[in-house]
Amino acid sequence: MELKVENVSFSYNKKRQILKDVSLSVSSNSVVGLIGDSGSGKSTLCKIIAGYISNYKGSVTIDGEKIPDKDYYPVQLIFQHPEKTMNPKWKMKKVLNESWTPSQELKDTFGLKENWLNRWPSELSGGELQRFSIIRALNPKTKFIIADEISTMLDAVTQVQIWQSLINHCKANNIGILAVSHDIDLLNIICDDILYFKDINNL
Amino acid sequence: MSELPWYNKGLFSSLNLRQKTLLTIGLTGLVLLIIFICGWMTNANLPTDFSIKMQAPSFQHPFGTDWMGRDMFARTLKGLSLSIMIGLAASILSSIIATLLAFLASINRACDEFVSWLIDLFASIPHILLIMMISIGLGKGAFGVTMAVAFSHWVNLTRVLRAEVLQINTSEYVLLSRKFGKSKLWIAKEHILPLVLSQIFVGTLLVFPHAIMHESSVTFLGFGLSPHEPAIGIILSESMSYLAMGAWWLAFFPGIALLIVVLLFDIIGDNLKRLIDPSEANK
Ligand SMILES: Nc1ncnc2c1ncn2[C@@H]1O[C@H](COP(=O)(O)OP(=O)(O)OP(=O)(O)O)[C@@H](O)[C@H]1O
Ligand SMILES: [Mg+2]
Repeated sequence: MELKVENVSFSYNKKRQILKDVSLSVSSNSVVGLIGDSGSGKSTLCKIIAGYISNYKGSVTIDGEKIPDKDYYPVQLIFQHPEKTMNPKWKMKKVLNESWTPSQELKDTFGLKENWLNRWPSELSGGELQRFSIIRALNPKTKFIIADEISTMLDAVTQVQIWQSLINHCKANNIGILAVSHDIDLLNIICDDILYFKDINNL
Repeated sequence: MSELPWYNKGLFSSLNLRQKTLLTIGLTGLVLLIIFICGWMTNANLPTDFSIKMQAPSFQHPFGTDWMGRDMFARTLKGLSLSIMIGLAASILSSIIATLLAFLASINRACDEFVSWLIDLFASIPHILLIMMISIGLGKGAFGVTMAVAFSHWVNLTRVLRAEVLQINTSEYVLLSRKFGKSKLWIAKEHILPLVLSQIFVGTLLVFPHAIMHESSVTFLGFGLSPHEPAIGIILSESMSYLAMGAWWLAFFPGIALLIVVLLFDIIGDNLKRLIDPSEANK
């Protein structure tokens, strides 16, 4: 399958345009890296691709078809700040199982500790929380994953570990990944292909 | 810390703020519970004894006796427990209305405008007038008064909840939940309700004193409970005809008792708000 972004333009307000005629494509079983300066609009592009922003120009399609927004969205965004994506009144067990029920094996792969499940989101670190966000996004119905700087809060070793687990799972399940980061070294290790944001954004 | 109310100072200064607040809530709740239970267990058909009618307060009858020789202390207790009961029913009902409307407003733009319009409409009518109208419309009595008080006191809580729900609805965890394919109803129940529950609870308690006051007022004015009910409002309006004869205790003690109960509920509500949301406390 192929996720295609074609000629997407967007601005939050009339004063400043953020995206102009952005095009890119990600195919299943590939990892595409996207690198760009802070504040250039990477997260905005991610939100458009994952269906969080709808008033943009251009098109986002999977195999040429518009992505249906009624049921589970096949393009899942993993956010930059995991703590904001969890209800503060939910225990982690409920947070983890909101999307689907992951296997014990998968939880072990990402180093999820059993005793984290009975805590509140505020009682875990950003890196610990991010593992939950990643597993949540790996629902069998997911076709593509947009990872928006998901590992900035982790140390270098853990970062590579987590990415390796994520990529293994995605390759095995034919899920395509768009990985956004500032970190060119990381992208060099994990990606099949790297895009430079300033090259694809025709501002 | 100079903003602390009088009941949080002095005697309990060795406790920390949280303990003090809890203690205040506990003690106040206990007093109200005792009043309620005593009144509830008092027989409504108090013995009449014309030989002791219109007696000033004494040790046997601390609040005096009325024109039929009934003990005013017992009547006051009975009246208070009735007021508390009606106040409780009305507050809970008004909170349910507020919650439903706040969630209704979150469905879409049209619903939100409808709810805002309802809020403006009800906020623009004076409470006491609205209560009288609804009470008369529903045939007065306990049912009419409860409904009237409930339907006139949901406005403030609805405003607060509507804003809160609106904000939660734009949070990332709710947006994400939608992308997981969860329905609006599921999100309202699982995501939003747990977050606003404490506010609903505090809102209910804050309405309580108003509910009691307003119930007594309309009853006093003759638009509420029927004269057979042992309500404080009835006691007060009856006493009016005897005040000129110097029977001051008929109005004084029940009136003060009502004020104390209202004040106690106010204290509980205030403290609970402080406990649940400390940042709001000094507003
Ligand atoms: N909701 C919003 N309303 C208005 N402007 C916004 C909004 N969100 C982001 N912006 C602006 O859009 C621009 C792009 O933001 P975006 O978050 O997409 O950048 P980014 O490339 O992800 O940066 P970073 O690498 O720091 O995460 C920024 O200048 C930001 O100020
Ligand atoms: Mg960003």
